[in-house]
Amino acid sequence: MYQYDEYDQRIVDERVAQFADQTQRYLAGELSEDEFRPLRLQNGLYIQRYAPMLRIAVPYGNLNSKQLRTLGHIARKYDRGYGHVTTRQNIQFNWPRLEDVPEILGLLAQVQMHAIQTSGNCIRNVTSDPFAGVAADEIADPRPWCEILRQWSTFHPEFAFLPRKFKIAVNGAKQDRALIHAHDIGLDIAHDAAGALGFRVLVGGGLGRTPIIGEEVSAFVPWQQILNYCEAILRVYNLHGRRDNAYKARIKILVKALGVEEFARQVEAEFIHLKDGPSTLTQAEIDRVASRFDDPLLAPLPQDAGYRAHLAQDKAFAAWARRNVRTHQVPGYASVVLSLKPYGVAPGDVTAEQFDAIADLADRYAFGEVRNTHEQNVLLASVREAGLFALWQQARELGLATPNIGLLTDIISCPGGDFCALANAKSIPIANAIQDRFSDLDHLYDLGELELNISGCMNACGHHHVGHIGILGVDKNGQEFYQVTIGGSQGSQAALGKVIGPSFAAAEMPDVISSLIDTFVDNRHDDERFIDTVRRIGVDSFKTRVYAERNARLEARETTNA
Amino acid sequence: MPEIIKNGRVQSDDWQVLRLAEGEAAADAVLPAGHVIVPLATWQARRAELLPKAEAGTLGVWLAGDEDPAALAADLPALPVVAVDFPKFADGRGYSLATLLRTRLAYEGELRAIGDVLRDQFFFLLRCGFSVLQPREGKYTTAQLEAALASLRDFTNPYQGAVDRPEPLFRRQPRSPRQEDAAR
Ligand code: SF4
Repeated sequence: MYQYDEYDQRIVDERVAQFADQTQRYLAGELSEDEFRPLRLQNGLYIQRYAPMLRIAVPYGNLNSKQLRTLGHIARKYDRGYGHVTTRQNIQFNWPRLEDVPEILGLLAQVQMHAIQTSGNCIRNVTSDPFAGVAADEIADPRPWCEILRQWSTFHPEFAFLPRKFKIAVNGAKQDRALIHAHDIGLDIAHDAAGALGFRVLVGGGLGRTPIIGEEVSAFVPWQQILNYCEAILRVYNLHGRRDNAYKARIKILVKALGVEEFARQVEAEFIHLKDGPSTLTQAEIDRVASRFDDPLLAPLPQDAGYRAHLAQDKAFAAWARRNVRTHQVPGYASVVLSLKPYGVAPGDVTAEQFDAIADLADRYAFGEVRNTHEQNVLLASVREAGLFALWQQARELGLATPNIGLLTDIISCPGGDFCALANAKSIPIANAIQDRFSDLDHLYDLGELELNISGCMNACGHHHVGHIGILGVDKNGQEFYQVTIGGSQGSQAALGKVIGPSFAAAEMPDVISSLIDTFVDNRHDDERFIDTVRRIGVDSFKTRVYAERNARLEARETTNA
Repeated sequence: MPEIIKNGRVQSDDWQVLRLAEGEAAADAVLPAGHVIVPLATWQARRAELLPKAEAGTLGVWLAGDEDPAALAADLPALPVVAVDFPKFADGRGYSLATLLRTRLAYEGELRAIGDVLRDQFFFLLRCGFSVLQPREGKYTTAQLEAALASLRDFTNPYQGAVDRPEPLFRRQPRSPRQEDAAR
């Protein structure tokens, strides 16, 4: 992963000093609540339902073992023994004390980490494909571009107080795994007709209250100009985005109001002045940044006979390999997803012991590096085939080998009402109840790939709109209810799910999911995925059955009660 | 007398900012005596009358966040002061207005941040080309402003280019690729 140089380190150290001073002035009453709020938010510090929450930046999800051990230490010393992987590849701690935050940031700085711009109305942590650099379908490695964007956006003086938060994602593969359609700017690495590298630029995607799929503003921006082009987009947004209503302040609303053509025209008018200016990237800078990623040099290895023998002999290992192991660019290697979705645990939670243990696994099997995925799991990007069996055995003991990646129980869930002050409803207990209902692995495998996403409110941190099944916590007369959507999807065919009808009480949710699954199974062609069945037969059959079965249940209950 | 930060020092200052009362017509505003910064609308309504004052160095113009600095393009050489108003410190339009004034319109005179100008944004304001920072009168004590001077140097070597240092870090400083400091 990217190794800081002296400039990177100094900026992070200076930030620690700056924030320590700000916190101290706040505690001394010199800074008002309102004045301190954006400062702490731009350092990832929220005041939550029960305690502050500290969100730590994990640039495009990349972490090394040393950093993991520091996170473990922080979890133990300043939190209640665990942290949480977010849907934006970051790490959150739910229980630090405000007074301790400067000290925590100091510890993070020692391992080249920080919490800069993980919240607030600024450019947030750049996210990308967790399989960057190792994916078999990669066009170009997005990480150096992410790092260049990270540096450019860090303390960008013009864009520190945007109308609203601003998220950039970069995809470098044929299959988009970075959700670029759901970001304020989505950059898609592409080649033009002459074979030159550049970016297709999408703008105005986003989930939240008004979910919108991003639209193309430029079919191709040459790589040299990408910072200039982003600056043009940000300036148009900074000047013209709405500031009168926080719910209408995202760039997607501006793009919709102007129409994408007019928006693109304004960006172009700005870009003309910036093109070839000082921020134009050079080959030397790209090479320098790329060279600071100390990726292991992987020579192709012959197929490992032992691995294949274990696959043939051990059914449980084979099941794990099928679900949690992915093809690598280099023969003889594989990528391994450690599941943070064992049953009965908040999706994405990592205990202090697991942080340490993942660090050990990374050192032993994966060149000391891991990546957080937006599905809230942890990826070991490069593992020798020969090491997979031993890795699996150890991961299993650590509770990190649930063979459910991409299946119904690999649920994406925001922290919801158990932690988040904005929540309408809890999300973790719903996730756990569904995992409980579908705990039979053979059944899960039969159902095939299915993405179920849960958000505790409209802010959609759990990406419910793009789940094949999406669950949204809503408030109904002060009660926690859940609205269900189906047909959403992420990736190159990104689509927003459709609401199936009136919302449900928490206790009904496992039955509702069962009705959806039964409809799918009855209508499924061969090995069709859930999402493909929904696309083929439409939402109505699902809807009809869900509500018919629900009414039957309610009637049955009334009869028993009568 | 209000205190401002200019040239890295706390100074007292005699410029007054004219703000129109609600419903007050730009053309009717009564100008106080002395150095005054008027709203763009007043400038536009009474340009012929005010131009000599500007040329004499006693009148400047301020812009609100939704005003286009290009409206002043022809007048910039005559204006001793242009100010940009921050109605709330979290309203960041002023950063882009300042950037446009300095880069697109090549304004070289005094550029003032007025309104809700707070010390924790001083660094960003200077980077975007403001040369004078004018917090609301009474917002800070002189001692607090003196202490805030330190925050002008919060970051030694920012990554990106901006008005103060147009070149990004990778053009300003030689940054080493991995091999050269692998031993560290
Ligand atoms: S979706 Fe809502 S409840 Fe869930 S974490 Fe985000 S803001 Fe909180």
